[in-house]
Amino acid sequence: MSISTTPPPENGTSNRWPAWFRKEQQEAWELFQFLPQPKRNDEPWRFANLKAIDLSEFHAAAPSQDAAALVARSSAHTDLAAKLVFANEVLVHNDQVGLPAGVLLLPMEEAAKNHEELFRKSFMTSDVRLGSKKFAALHHAHLHSGAFVYVPQGVVIEKPIEIWHWVEGENATIFPHTLIVLAEGASATVIDHFVSSRDERSLAIAVNDLTLGTNAKLHYVGVQEWSDKATAFHINTTEVEKEGVSTALQMNLGGAYIRGESDSHLLGEESRSVMLSINPASGTREIDQRTFQDHFAPRATSDLLYHNALADSSRTIFAGLIKVEEAAHETDAYQKVRNLMLSDEAEANSMPGLEILADNVRCTHGATSGELNEDELFYMMARGIPPKQAAQLIVRGFFGTVLERLENEPLHEHLGEILDRKLGF
Amino acid sequence: MSAHSLSIRDLHASIGDKPILKGLTLDIPKGEVHAIMGKNGAGKSTLAKIMAGHPDYTVTSGDVLLDGESILGLEPDVRARLGLFLAFQYPMEIPGVTIANFIRAALQARLPEGEELEATDYYAKLYAKMDALSVPRNFTSRSVNEGFSGGEKKRCEILQMAMLEPSYAVLDETDSGLDIDALKIVSAGVNALRGPNIGMLVITHYQRLLDYIVPDKVHVMSEGRIIHSGDKDLALKLEAEGYDWVEKQFGESGIKAA
Ligand SMILES: Nc1ncnc2c1ncn2[C@@H]1O[C@H](COP(=O)(O)OP(=O)(O)OP(=O)(O)O)[C@@H](O)[C@H]1O
Ligand SMILES: [Mg+2]
Repeated sequence: MSISTTPPPENGTSNRWPAWFRKEQQEAWELFQFLPQPKRNDEPWRFANLKAIDLSEFHAAAPSQDAAALVARSSAHTDLAAKLVFANEVLVHNDQVGLPAGVLLLPMEEAAKNHEELFRKSFMTSDVRLGSKKFAALHHAHLHSGAFVYVPQGVVIEKPIEIWHWVEGENATIFPHTLIVLAEGASATVIDHFVSSRDERSLAIAVNDLTLGTNAKLHYVGVQEWSDKATAFHINTTEVEKEGVSTALQMNLGGAYIRGESDSHLLGEESRSVMLSINPASGTREIDQRTFQDHFAPRATSDLLYHNALADSSRTIFAGLIKVEEAAHETDAYQKVRNLMLSDEAEANSMPGLEILADNVRCTHGATSGELNEDELFYMMARGIPPKQAAQLIVRGFFGTVLERLENEPLHEHLGEILDRKLGF
Repeated sequence: MSAHSLSIRDLHASIGDKPILKGLTLDIPKGEVHAIMGKNGAGKSTLAKIMAGHPDYTVTSGDVLLDGESILGLEPDVRARLGLFLAFQYPMEIPGVTIANFIRAALQARLPEGEELEATDYYAKLYAKMDALSVPRNFTSRSVNEGFSGGEKKRCEILQMAMLEPSYAVLDETDSGLDIDALKIVSAGVNALRGPNIGMLVITHYQRLLDYIVPDKVHVMSEGRIIHSGDKDLALKLEAEGYDWVEKQFGESGIKAA
């Protein structure tokens, strides 16, 4: 049965979640059914491939056949604070060697039961307003598990927390979720890995909620390596209080159709959100990204940098809005999308937007498209590098300039290696 | 013409339909250093880029031979792997590509298929060459030429040359933009590479460079041709008296007048 016609389990069939959450799931299911499928004329779906978001052929995922094998394959960073592995939404590995006292790293259903207040305060609290409200409702309705990260006041986790989300099975659907709450002055690095067990068609509707308290510092990275046949939604909400700094990077290295929505709320004075994305698109891959930099408080900064490299007949869509609310004077908001066109058949659509309701603000936005620079290519060839490798290096460099924005040298290096592997170095 | 030389034969070349090289002949035997001097716009950089295979220029007649084999039909990267090196007058910036990765890719391209460059040896050699050229070691992780000063760019060109060990090198105004100390360091770097296994063509506007890199021959280029050649003293005379006399005596206009 299609996932879009499968209601969540009724009360009683499952006590994984507390009753109040199961009730929410029923409501979310009703909302999902009530909300219409996106249509051609809906602004948040302009240029979008609506055929790609037809969910009728996808069904709920059965438990993974060989979770141990997936755990063995869940290896990227060598020096971690903790690692969780989910295989078809089931937590199959939980290793918490290097977590400081007081940090909570739990499967979400456990957090909902034992830390209800914390959970409720930050679980999908803001409106999904960039187009995928319907799909977020389906996610809520069917949510099976996920990672809940809470870092208490003043606690700094030096090493990364790594979370793996595996999908397995032809046309299987999963709903990965990562919820991160950093209390005042807390600091953490979290890397979400999204991976397909096999070269299969699948659906993922992934959500992450990032909540940063006063002066908290978060590095969040989504390393998306779904199979080249996969459809995926990645829906992010980031809320930053006073002087908090969120740096979030989404690397879309796989997938046939990827819809990304990233919504930053600059809630506190001098808060900061850095929104980064690296998108190598090839074959017929489509990457459709919608972003919102919403400034509520004075002197906050947001800094968006998306780099798309488009080969073959791939397609990208970027629609980004910077909004400066009335109180947010002295806002500094920056938005830049660069498309590196590697093929005549590729298509990049960029729609930057600006809405300013306050005075004395600085907002810069722009989208550029360009081809490989002939003089750069010649320079590299004059060193003996064949044109294909030269082009690869230029593309790698193009993405490298995004990684540099992380301002975290070990993380930068680690992700650089992942990128090298993916780009074939 | 010898089998061990970089040889330019009556070369005519143009950009669009504008002729720039108009019958240029020059022979740089392995083991020698030749200098080319000439006014702005004489076509010196054009010559360098044509030898390296820049796609913008069209060779209309003549030939360029590397150790007796024509290279004009070859792609720039093939020419480079055959042993030709060009130090650019204006080196390109390549955002996000580190110097270490850039030079490594260039060396890797010279290895047989399937063979991997040995990382430890590579870094040892890279650091040794950087030290010799007074290039700070932290430059390895900086993007190629991005944000470099003029002098730093030129030093990195010579660093690349030192790492790639070409059999023929064309240095296009590698001295311009260098302060006195850097000029000495770069010259020492170039001199260290001098020897029986390399032929060099040094393009410069300043006789001063040739005090440090003493050439075997000096050529004067004007309007797309070599109009006069001599020994290192020719550079001194050009420095003292300018180009007018040599152009009058040997140049297009001079010949017509004669
Ligand atoms: N891409 C180009 N398009 C048009 N004209 C060009 C191009 N490249 C070179 N030229 C012209 O060819 C002539 C020779 O230029 P070139 O750069 O080779 O001179 P040069 O001798 O290196 O000068 P300088 O000493 O100033 O470096 C100049 O008149 C220049 O304007
Ligand atoms: Mg020049």
